[in-house]
Parts: sequence; structure tokens; C-alpha cells
Amino acid sequence: MRQLLEGSRAVVEAVRLCRPQVIAAYPITPQTHIIEHLAQFVADGDLPAGFINAESEFGAASVVLGAVAGGARAFTATASQGLLLMTEVLYNIAGMRLPLVMVCANRAVSAPINIFSDHQDSMSVRDAGWVQLYVESNQEAVDTVIQAYRIAETCELPVMVCMDGFFLTHTFEPVEIPEQAAVDEFLPPFHFARTLNPAQPMTLGGGSEPDNYLEFRAAQHQAMEQASEVIAAIDLDFGDHFGRSYGGLAEPYRLEGADTVMVTLGSTMGAVRDAADTLRGNGMPVGAVRLRCFRPFPAQALIHCLAGAKRVVVLEKAFSAGMGGIVSTELRAALHQAGMPIPVESFIGGLGGRDLTPAVIEEIFHLAASGKDFATSRFAGLDTGAMPSIEET
Amino acid sequence: MDTRDTFRHNVLTSGHRACSGCGEAMAARMVVDLIGPDAIYVNATGCLQVFTTHNQQSAWQAPWIHSVFANAAAVASGVEAALRARGKDTPVVVQAGDGGTFDIGLQCLSGMIERGHDVLFVCYDNEAYMNTGVQRSSSTPHAVRTTTTPPGRLSEGKHHLKKDLISIIAAHQMPYAATATVAYFPDLKAKVEKAMRIKGPRFLHVLSPCPLGWDHDAALSVTVARLAVETGLFPLIEMEYGAVTGVMRLARQRPVEEYLKLQGRFKHLFADKEGAAEIRHLQALADANIRRYGLLDARTEWDTDRAVQAQRQGRGGYAVSPKETSL
Repeated sequence: MRQLLEGSRAVVEAVRLCRPQVIAAYPITPQTHIIEHLAQFVADGDLPAGFINAESEFGAASVVLGAVAGGARAFTATASQGLLLMTEVLYNIAGMRLPLVMVCANRAVSAPINIFSDHQDSMSVRDAGWVQLYVESNQEAVDTVIQAYRIAETCELPVMVCMDGFFLTHTFEPVEIPEQAAVDEFLPPFHFARTLNPAQPMTLGGGSEPDNYLEFRAAQHQAMEQASEVIAAIDLDFGDHFGRSYGGLAEPYRLEGADTVMVTLGSTMGAVRDAADTLRGNGMPVGAVRLRCFRPFPAQALIHCLAGAKRVVVLEKAFSAGMGGIVSTELRAALHQAGMPIPVESFIGGLGGRDLTPAVIEEIFHLAASGKDFATSRFAGLDTGAMPSIEET
Repeated sequence: MDTRDTFRHNVLTSGHRACSGCGEAMAARMVVDLIGPDAIYVNATGCLQVFTTHNQQSAWQAPWIHSVFANAAAVASGVEAALRARGKDTPVVVQAGDGGTFDIGLQCLSGMIERGHDVLFVCYDNEAYMNTGVQRSSSTPHAVRTTTTPPGRLSEGKHHLKKDLISIIAAHQMPYAATATVAYFPDLKAKVEKAMRIKGPRFLHVLSPCPLGWDHDAALSVTVARLAVETGLFPLIEMEYGAVTGVMRLARQRPVEEYLKLQGRFKHLFADKEGAAEIRHLQALADANIRRYGLLDARTEWDTDRAVQAQRQGRGGYAVSPKETSL
């Protein structure tokens, strides 16, 4: 049924349809509406699950870790500092190959403290071993949560669904909520092969030594690489079941004959589409690619999308201080490895909730297309006069 | 399942890598054999995890999980929630050292108790970070030598007092919290069995001597644990909903020197007059425990002498009938 729903409310409808048995969370803006709605569902008897108010995000991640090991489908959500506080447990969940789904309501990281959206939180845990899917709309958030459970349980990998804080979590959009029967048909009941069970005792999380730790880690990497195909196939299968799919790993937009292609993630893609339409209307051959799956990094899918491009510009909402854009760095490596010497320029923008308007994006397209002043990383819309100096602070 | 000894479950079986005389190995073997294999065990990082699950080998004959250092109580909360959601009443038991309980694990433990999870949390307290090489924890008693509280020209060892954990735990108004040691098995057995009959969060604090970190003869672990009780330094008590409901009476109080002199970690206190002052301080702390819990005059079924006599009779309570296994 098509409804006008806030992003947080829409996403919990999807969570409910997946029949989680244990939910644990700790409140942090802008994730709070998600867990409040879930708590209400449980309180009203509309969702038969245990709802655990954890004492911290570290605790919340640990509770859902235990829940999955105890044989239950589980859910949590967090953002920003909460995700960073979970970090130790995130690595542990992935290393134990526990199928779990989390929503990250993407938010900037302190200091300075800022509650608004960028991707620094989830990008900072990119090495933890979680599949990371970035969604563009509330509809995609709904559909991706359902896909995420099937990906997680097929690959025995945890999946993080990244949705931009406020831009999606607090925005009302018309959303189609699937029928329970259709979701039940798409997503089989939860089964975890290594469930803690006295009838079949197993030791989970024991020690390893230099003679086999490497093999465990290599197997984890292999599983992530193999997940690429599963993620793409499940998106297609979702399309067969529900009539909507999202390009699997990377979604192209107006790439036919495009010289300059912008790569971006998340809700920013809406403004990028508008800017590309305007420029195309003016006769400028631009296109775009939305990186939907950041981990595993879909090098092949991106190479395929960018095969005809003369230059690429990455618009990214996170960076590695002292290095620059994260997505652009990885994309350059992938193109280099494929023997494709396409220049990749990086614009870091939208940090801490700064608006990325179609006008800003058009300007970035123009700068990139001109080929002048090429820079590996620069900040979009930076007001250098407003930058604090040590003396001032 | 190891069935060599039909009187025991051998949930923690032989062949693990604990040091000789390890109080924690002794305590864990007693506790998990009393609870049995039909339970799920959650372990914090620490000696017990390291010496029982070395390099893809496991000494556990029951379902067992270890995640990270600080989160055992939260993992157990999740396991319990999953089991209850699946309609199962399998008991859930946490095992952690003093680091994983008093220090890094305290927040998750407090959360677990406050939320009322049906979990038994067992702390095997050896009063320092032994797994990493004997660094002080908040459980380390006053004046103890550790590698991070070394005695020196300006120091008599650890400056601060052992954290009064059982009071912090009991302040959660929880159903059951008790202290025990490896020295009085009938007392430990009674407390484990009582804890397993109660629903909700339960806490058991087991003093577990560490020959390596305490620097005593490996053959003296039980003796040292007994002296900790008999001096009044480690009172054996039970608390229910915040109130003291049980105390093991001391048949007589021994001077703290008898406990201290067996252990190298207190050796520096016998070297000079500053050390002698710290011994008087430790005696005062023991005397305060005697008064606080009425250890010399409590009305109780057991005293320290009778508990030891009971222990020396036969198998000391291990003779449970072997469980019918449906495995």
C-alpha cells in the first residue's frame, strides 16, 4: 500500500515485515525516530520481539550479537558517535560471520559536535567487514532493509543500511510498503547454522594463533568479494517479486555519450540527477553513477559504468584527513588496476549537513568538465574566510 | 561428551592450559559442573577464555561464546532475549574475571542487571589483570605489588582500596548476589544451586587465587583463599534485593599477616616500617569487614570450621546423579 511516511517510520515498517525477534538500541539523533517507532510496535503488540534498551551503543551491538548467536533474527540502528562506540563489536560481529542488519542514520562525527548528515561515520568503519549499502530514497531504504536480511543470511555477513540522517530519516515521501505475504515469500525464516545449542555444543569466538588467523581473515575477505554477486542477484530478484530494483551495486544515470561522469552516494543523487538533466538540456554530455554498495567495493561494476567516460568527478561526504576523499581514492585504484587512465577528481562536500544544491553540483560538473585546476581532493563550497585559525581559537 | 567420570559433567574438561594451581580454573570447573551442560556460557576476554580455547581447541563441552572484553553481560542479555523469543528456558551464564567485571565490563553488567535479564554472572576474581601480566585492576587490594603498582622509594604498592563491588551490585536491588571462594566448596555449591533456582539477574563473586600474580606456592591456592576468608579480608555473604541475608561466620579471626606472608605480592610490606603501617591498615580493613557483616557473631548454619569439615567428607558434594543425556 502506498503511504506518505517519514523515512524512519517507513524503514521500521520494513523491519517489522522482516520479523526480527530481538531489537536492541541506544538513542542517538537522527536515529531516534526509528527505535521509538519500533518500541511502539512492540508495546502495541504489533511486533512480537524482545526490545532491549541498551546502556550504550557498545552494549546494543553486543546484545544483537548475542541474539544472533542465540538463534534469533535481530535489528539495531545507530549513527555517528554511536557507530564509532560500536566499532570494536562491529569487527567482532563480522569476524564471527554473524548475519545481522543495522540501519545507520548517517551523521557527522565530532569534533566539532554536529547532528546533521554526512558519511564520515559509516565510512570510518569501512574496514570492519560489514556490507555497506547506501540508499537514495525512503522507498529504497524500505526495500533495502528487506534485501539486507536476505543478503546477510545468504552470505553469513552483517549488513549496514546507510540512510542519510534528516534528509531521509526525517523527510516524508510517498512509500509503497510491501505485503507481509510477499516479504515472507522473498525472505525465508531465520536460520543460523552455528546457533548456541546444548544439544550440539559449539565454541564461538575462541582464540587463534599466527598459524591460522591469516586464513580466517582471508576467508572473510573472500566472503565479502563473493557477496557482490549475491547483492546484485538479490536486488534483481527483489525486482521480480516487488517490481522495484536499484541497480544492484551501482546505479547508472544518463551515461549514454557522457564525457564527464559524477559518482556519488545516498540522497545527494537526487540533486545530481536534477543537475545532470539541466546540463544535458544545455547540451553538456554529463552523466552520473550512484554507488549503492560501498562494501564490498564494486570495482567491476564501476569500471563497466565508467568505460566510456573521459573524466570522473566524485562527490563525497567523508574523507580521510591527510589523504582526501575515500571513494575517489578507491575508485582511482580500481581504474588504475583495470588499465583505465581516466582522471578522477574529488569534491568533498555536504559535511555536517551542508546543503548540496543542484546549483552547487552544476558548478562542480563545470569545473570538472573544464579540466582546469585539476585537484585530487578539494572541498565543495568552502568559505576559506570562515576557517578558524589556531590564534582565533 | 567426556564421560570418564560419571559423577561429573566435565563441562570444562581436562587438557586446557591453565597454570598449575590456578584458582580460576578450579572455580570455573566447580561452577560449570554444578550448572551442567544444558546451559549457554558467555565468556569475557581473560585468562579463562585464553586457556580454554587456545588456537581452535576448546575445553568446553557446552555451548560457549566469547565476543570482546567489555561486553559479556550484554552478549548474554542478547542470548537470553533470543532464547526467550524462541520459547526456550535454557539457562545463560556469564563468566568473567575481575577486569571484565569491576572495570571494563561494569557498564554492561549494570545494564544487564537493571534490565532484569535472567542470567547468572560469575566473576572469578584474582585481583589483577593476570592474563596480560599482573597489572592492577580496581579489584586489586590496597598495598599490593603489581607490575603497574610497583613498590618503590615513593610507593608501597597500590594506593587505592579494592572496589566494594558486591555493594554496587546489590544496590541494583537484584534477586541474588553472593561471594564465595575456591576454599569452601559446600558453600560455593549451595550458592550456585540457589542462584540457579532463582529467575532474573544473579551475581556470584568467587575469589580465585592466582599463584603467578599473587606469587604463592601453587599447592597453596585453597589455603590462601581460606585465609582470605578467615582473616575477614574477603567476607562470604549473600545479598537479596539489596539486603544482607547470609553470612559465613568465622570460627575465629586470624591476623592478616598469616594471609599476607604466604604471598610475594605483599612481601615488601614486611621490609620496613612504612610496610608495617600498611599491614596495620589492611588489618583495620579486615576488622571493619568483621564489624560490618558481624562475621564473628552471625547466627548461621555454617562457620568456617564446619564448612571445611563438610568439605573433607567424601566427594564434597560432587556426587550428583549423572544426567540422562539425550544427545
